[in-house]
Amino acid sequence: MYRRTLVLMLLSACLGLTACAHHPPKPSAEQQQSTAGGAGANANGAEGGANANGGPFGNQNSVAGPQEGTLAKRTIYFDFDSAVIKGDGTEIVAAHAKYLSDHADARVRLEGNTDERGSPEYNIGLGMRRAQAVRQALLLQGASAAQITVVSYGAEHPVDPAHNEDAWSKNRRVDIVYLTPGMQPPQAPQPPQ
Amino acid sequence: MNATPRITPLLRIFLALLTAAWLAAPAARAQLQIQITSGVTNPVPIAVVPFAEAPADGTDVADVVQHDLVGSGRFTELARNKMPATPTNAADVKFADWKAAGSDYVVVGQVTPIAGGQLAVDFNLLNALTGQSITRQRFTGSASALRNAAHRVSDVIYQAITGIRGAFATRIAYVAVVGQGADQRFQLVIADADGYNQHLILESRFPLMSPAWSPDGQWISYVSFENHLSAVYVQRVLTGQRTCVSMRAGINGAPAWSPDSRRLALTLSGDSGHPQIYILDLSNQHLTRITDSPAINTEATWSPDGRYIYFTSDRAGEPQIYRIGATPGSPTQRITFTDEYNAGPHISADGKLLAMVTRDDSGSYRIAVQNLVTGEFKMLTPGRLDQSPSFAPNGATIMYAARPGRGQEGILATISVDGLTGLSLKATQGEVRDPAWGPFIQ
Repeated sequence: MYRRTLVLMLLSACLGLTACAHHPPKPSAEQQQSTAGGAGANANGAEGGANANGGPFGNQNSVAGPQEGTLAKRTIYFDFDSAVIKGDGTEIVAAHAKYLSDHADARVRLEGNTDERGSPEYNIGLGMRRAQAVRQALLLQGASAAQITVVSYGAEHPVDPAHNEDAWSKNRRVDIVYLTPGMQPPQAPQPPQ
Repeated sequence: MNATPRITPLLRIFLALLTAAWLAAPAARAQLQIQITSGVTNPVPIAVVPFAEAPADGTDVADVVQHDLVGSGRFTELARNKMPATPTNAADVKFADWKAAGSDYVVVGQVTPIAGGQLAVDFNLLNALTGQSITRQRFTGSASALRNAAHRVSDVIYQAITGIRGAFATRIAYVAVVGQGADQRFQLVIADADGYNQHLILESRFPLMSPAWSPDGQWISYVSFENHLSAVYVQRVLTGQRTCVSMRAGINGAPAWSPDSRRLALTLSGDSGHPQIYILDLSNQHLTRITDSPAINTEATWSPDGRYIYFTSDRAGEPQIYRIGATPGSPTQRITFTDEYNAGPHISADGKLLAMVTRDDSGSYRIAVQNLVTGEFKMLTPGRLDQSPSFAPNGATIMYAARPGRGQEGILATISVDGLTGLSLKATQGEVRDPAWGPFIQ
């Protein structure tokens, strides 16, 4: 039953996006050029300049969202091959869960990441598992499902590109990215005690 | 197989390649540099004598052929400065001299202008011990397709001597990452199998990954994270036109074409967070779920007969390779049992070899193959951070991504399936990864 529901859900989610022919008409060279450049152009247009702080595609040090106390921390780190939230990750998740619970219009994207080792698509799965662990923790502590989207970049988006354990430990992470600049409340939320 | 008749000119293919070159955006500046990295055992000594050259684009046909053959690990060259002479046709070859120089085979040839501004490449493969011609053929095309003609010469020689179809005149796709910080770009690149003749077919500020050739060579599928969403695209190689085929909630990843090029196996997670393998029929967008396990199930690769899908799953606690029928409700069989981490499967075109990335006891990630008939498991590469194995269409060589040393950028490398001969293809700037070896070009 679950399986059939999921298939139907995925199919319906896909309808607007997959109306493409298997053999599309051949475009002109100009169209091809614009197609090939399209990804970059779209990327430039995305997120309204949230890239200002310099990440390759704008999520580290994102300026959107609350900045006070623990809420300024947006990254939860993980042990090798683990999706268990540990150490101050627990506090960080709790702070953001409370903020989301208190601000129903706030929206976050959870970006799961892994270190570079192993197989790239398997790492996409591991990154998703981490993002889902944070999502579940947020939901348990009062955030609503509608406030959260998840993506896994696997090993494709390291914060430290070096090939050593120090870099790997920084790259095994979930980043919490607030999607609605200007949604900060007039009164700063209280950091958790 | 004496004096094979000259085969039909492959003009159509040359024209197709030319059109692609003209349509595609300028290639990445990061030229690939090629280096042979390991030794060979009992290679066949062959002398590829410089061809009589027509004014062309400077391509040294004999040099390209020699590099192809030596890079395969099955041949060793006679250096030009050790050649007793430089004949360009069989009548001028004094076989005793070449035999004395240690060559079992001699290749001679010419590049000559023909009608319509085209060039003809004629070559003759000679047995230096018997003085017999083994095969002689002609390929024609434009000057800019001369490297391709040279690779076709290599294919014929390789097959004539080893009995295995050559895969030098094939192409690869890979991802290049150039620039830093806000200037970082991900590029999807198509190149000849030796790394030359690069064409940028897509550039993005967001990650691109997992390129996959359709078996008919007409399409490339890949994963893109444009606008922070994962999506699977198919792109027509010749025109660059692309179509999003999956942009659902959660993971859209790991596309793998069915042998008939009509369906894609995909990894989708939906909102559940458990990635599962699906098959998407590209003619009607019908989606069929294949796996059903509360674990990671991803990295599908088809058996050549299209009946099975091999994939990675950590349902037993660690990633291993499994096999499942390509129809709903099929039973699943575990395939790998060696080591605690086996992922990224790819099947050879004859269905006999399974390549994967494996983690050894020291924590090094290496490319290994398992013989699916005998079960024999064999480490091929030294590791430490190897990944993404992709078979050449003739099954003799595997290309993979490697990070050979601390602080070094990722490179592409090849290893022969006996583990004896390797090549590395290093970008002069930035990193290259995620290689996908394309099919034979018909």
